[in-house]
Amino acid sequence: MPIWVYIVASIIKSAVVLLVLLTAVAYTVWLERKVVGHMQNRWGPTRVGPFGLLQPAADGVKFLFKEDLTPPHVYKPLYIAAPLIAVVFALTSIAVIPFGNSITLFGYTFPLQITDVNIGLLIILGVTSVGVYGVALAGWSSNNKYSLLGGLRASAQMVSYEISLGLSLVGVLILAGSFSLRDIVNAQAGHFWGFIPRWNIFIQPVAFFCYLMAAYAETNRIPFDLPEAETELVAGYHTEYSAMKFAMFFMAEYANMITVACLATLLFLGGWHGPIFGPPILQAILPVFWFCAKIFVFLFVYIWVRGTLPRFRYDQLMAFGWKFLLPLAIVNLVATAIAVAW
Amino acid sequence: MLSIHLILFLAFGAIAVAGAVNLLVQTHPINSALSLIAVMAALAGEYLLLGAEFVAAVQVIVYAGAIMVLFVFVIMLLNAGVEERTKGSRVAILLGIPGMLVGSLLVAWVVLKYSGTQSVPVGALPGAPRTIGPLLFHEFLLPFEITSILILIAIMGAVVLASKPTTAGGPAKKVHD
Repeated sequence: MPIWVYIVASIIKSAVVLLVLLTAVAYTVWLERKVVGHMQNRWGPTRVGPFGLLQPAADGVKFLFKEDLTPPHVYKPLYIAAPLIAVVFALTSIAVIPFGNSITLFGYTFPLQITDVNIGLLIILGVTSVGVYGVALAGWSSNNKYSLLGGLRASAQMVSYEISLGLSLVGVLILAGSFSLRDIVNAQAGHFWGFIPRWNIFIQPVAFFCYLMAAYAETNRIPFDLPEAETELVAGYHTEYSAMKFAMFFMAEYANMITVACLATLLFLGGWHGPIFGPPILQAILPVFWFCAKIFVFLFVYIWVRGTLPRFRYDQLMAFGWKFLLPLAIVNLVATAIAVAW
Repeated sequence: MLSIHLILFLAFGAIAVAGAVNLLVQTHPINSALSLIAVMAALAGEYLLLGAEFVAAVQVIVYAGAIMVLFVFVIMLLNAGVEERTKGSRVAILLGIPGMLVGSLLVAWVVLKYSGTQSVPVGALPGAPRTIGPLLFHEFLLPFEITSILILIAIMGAVVLASKPTTAGGPAKKVHD
């Protein structure tokens, strides 16, 4: 394909994916408020639009028009940079996530992915590991003890759980033999005995458990939301932020949740594989539909856990990460390696 | 002719050098740490241009993502203040900058003279994880293991230095359950 077609296609794909991602972020917030509301015997948002569906738009407008307050005692360059770092790295990792097979338009074949690189998984791990700086620097530059404690907790927690997260993924990598997310998904095609899908969650249930726990900790979600524990730290690392800067942290958190859900879908739930039937147009849409449906289920579990579990204590969090999750991930890795070598 | 690879290579090199200079010039430790992250990221870009994509990704994950987070963590924890400039540091600048220039010129001259100036073509390094694995675990197994033992010794030394002195040979008192 000529270079200009490639560039135009890349720009269009980036724009579409970013638009879908930001909309998904907004509606994950709506979903969370709605689901948690119903779990707590409330209605959640109902006033703005049918079922409160326009609530995200109203929230966005509100964030834009709120006063953007900068406290006088902050270290300004990093105070401004921190939310940007958080949101930029949260949105970047979507670039390597494949969400379907390829489509053919005007005689050219386009893979349904912004860019297919052979180290896709490592890029996601790298980008998310750099994303810690947003939280850590926000806590430090705010020059406020609650923010600083939140930032410290966040960086310690994220570095600790990154190890378990990485190790839980190695089992899947051994089975697939590739870092490319597309290859990993394609390795999960087909069925066992004709009816159980060949998804990694059935071969690597322990790895999936480790991934799930580590992912909750990485995204600072309940039951591991110590960096922003309201009862102890006011609001944690974003105590001093208001208006759009606060909204950026909010967007980063939900974008990270979606990235984690995408990764879980690709690595453990078979990606876009699912029953394909019907006319050609339906066959083209169904893989993307299955991909989105699996992400939705994963996000729902996220919200379900949030509505169910209380928060850990900080020493419990660290003990769980280092003394339970890490050994479990290592045992799983060794067992997988022995089984494959056999 | 300037190819896009050369332009990118020079750009990443410029970022790395600028970050390194900024690291020295900044007086606040957190700014220095952030400049070091920029240097690491630029080096990852250079590795990527040479075709060592695995090394580039690991560079970002390990250095920029983990080790530098710990640096920033320590700076935050100690709440290290702005560096003080004394008369001694002015002397160090007066003597150090010419000395550094002479030293780097010397190194550059030696390298150019004795290693030739042939350039490394794009993708010349063994980049794919599939080729790095055998290299690491067959050909260079001994150096690899020695490095790991060296790091282990460093960790044990740090634990010994950091742990509180025990009373009468007994284990350190447990502070909290």
